[in-house]
Amino acid sequence: MAIDAATVRKVARLARIAEPEEKLEQLASELNGIMTWIEQLSEVDTDGVEPMTSAVHMPAPMREDVVTEGGDASKVLSNAPKTVDGFFVVPKVVE
Amino acid sequence: MTSLTKLTLKAALDGLADKSFSSQELTQAHVEAVAAAKPLNAFVLETPEKAIEMAKASDARRAKGEAGALDGAPLGIKDLFCTEGVRSTACSNILGNFIPTYESTVTANLWRDGAVMLGKLNLDEFAMGSSNETSAFGPVINPWRSEGSNAKLTPGGSSGGSAASVAADLCLGATATDTGGSIRQPAAFTGTVGIKPTYGRCSRWGVVAFASSLDQAGPIAKTVEDAAILLKSMSGHDAKDSTSLDIDVPDFPSFVGKSVKGLRVGIPKEYRVDGMPAEIEKLWEQGIAWLKDAGCEIVEVSLPHTKYALPAYYIVAPAEASSNLARYDGMRFGLREEGANLTETYENTRAAGFGPEVKRRILIGTYVLSAGYYDAYYLKALKVRRRIADDFDQAFEKVDALLTPTAPSAAFGLGENADDPVAMYLNDIFTVTVNLAGLPGMSIPAGVDVNGLPLGLQLIGKALDEGTLFSLGGAIEKAADFKAKPAKWW
Repeated sequence: MAIDAATVRKVARLARIAEPEEKLEQLASELNGIMTWIEQLSEVDTDGVEPMTSAVHMPAPMREDVVTEGGDASKVLSNAPKTVDGFFVVPKVVE
Repeated sequence: MTSLTKLTLKAALDGLADKSFSSQELTQAHVEAVAAAKPLNAFVLETPEKAIEMAKASDARRAKGEAGALDGAPLGIKDLFCTEGVRSTACSNILGNFIPTYESTVTANLWRDGAVMLGKLNLDEFAMGSSNETSAFGPVINPWRSEGSNAKLTPGGSSGGSAASVAADLCLGATATDTGGSIRQPAAFTGTVGIKPTYGRCSRWGVVAFASSLDQAGPIAKTVEDAAILLKSMSGHDAKDSTSLDIDVPDFPSFVGKSVKGLRVGIPKEYRVDGMPAEIEKLWEQGIAWLKDAGCEIVEVSLPHTKYALPAYYIVAPAEASSNLARYDGMRFGLREEGANLTETYENTRAAGFGPEVKRRILIGTYVLSAGYYDAYYLKALKVRRRIADDFDQAFEKVDALLTPTAPSAAFGLGENADDPVAMYLNDIFTVTVNLAGLPGMSIPAGVDVNGLPLGLQLIGKALDEGTLFSLGGAIEKAADFKAKPAKWW
């Protein structure tokens, strides 16, 4: 199934990337090219195959639930675009 | 002191040990080489003062008899590794002037062993690319040129800065990362050695994430032995990465030069792809002959799902990337482009901060993970990934390692594959299978093509068996006796 401009608009919205209207057609064509090439995966018989989610053959390690680092707000904030009095400043979220 | 930059890492460490020169002299020579190599665009940030300071500290340690395994050796660091107090960008505008307040585990391990940092190396934006052309700092230029031509060639990607700087003798070795071939393909394009170790060998902590189940750090070096020395320092368990393997690090350098007699080396027939240049086919045959001469038994093997590795990768990697790169929202660090409301600020920030290839991959990843498509694409790709890993498991019942070409071509011209994403993706056709299965893979320079450009052979090993790769890689290196260097034009 082909990706059209409306699908790109929706996906770009989900991905929180502003894409101008005039670019949607071109993006749809690029993504279609890639997805058509990917379609060949349907040839592979994967009945009963377990999906492979990790390349590591070990159970996820457990650790103590303790604080290991922290307590340095100035470090945490040192790359922030906007701060006031030791806080991040972000656009208004709740009206 | 230019001759000091011609040394291998091993020779330089020996020279430091027997006091033939100081780290300050060695580092100064490399600082000057870096400063004189601006046309290559390999470094995105030079840190000469820090380098000299680290070199002085190294000389002081050595004088006290406290030198570590890499003490005094100047290295380049791919700008995907966070370095405390030193700008780290992943070559993306969205990280802008990001200055980490922490050090990646891999680079911390190198400094623990006494290495010296020359600066940060160029790469494709967020390591997404095979030609270094997606970097926000512009492409790296390969120090190699076709004979009789001044055309600019790509050093490959994403670790193009790492490969070019090692090939041009700007540093004794470099850190790199490999998600689908980003260590091995640039190594092949520049006549250098690159190894992607087993997934979990090197900690991913502090390395800017692209696709977490595939990303793995490793070195690019001048020789197989140098690569072994660097990998030994870079590796090791790290509690801060939950996929870091809690196992001992073997003495990798001790495997170089070991006899490979009796080892069984598999030749996967599916790697003979249509349109592969005859020279690469010939080089592969040559590699087989070298290993036979060294006493290896050559076995034909089959990896039937090879052709599905790239399409599976282009679902898995973008899916993970779209999730990983969600953190770049303009709130806590990096670029912020204000909008009328919160959502618009997110959208404007990400539109302005990400380049076209990164956006394309985020869109693909978001699409394949979105409602209605998750099973058809993402889950399907994970099942194909299992099939590919099973292929390797079956092959490794019969053989100790595999030998293949590293890349389907020699270095190509800048701009040549830029208009067709799929054509660019095909660069990784021989390397990407290894990432999907989590196995170690190494590229060794083995010859030159008709234009005098380097070509590489790839060795693929069993999980955790980098040692065998270093032995076989050493045997190929010895037989190939690859001595060609790019003529200096920069």
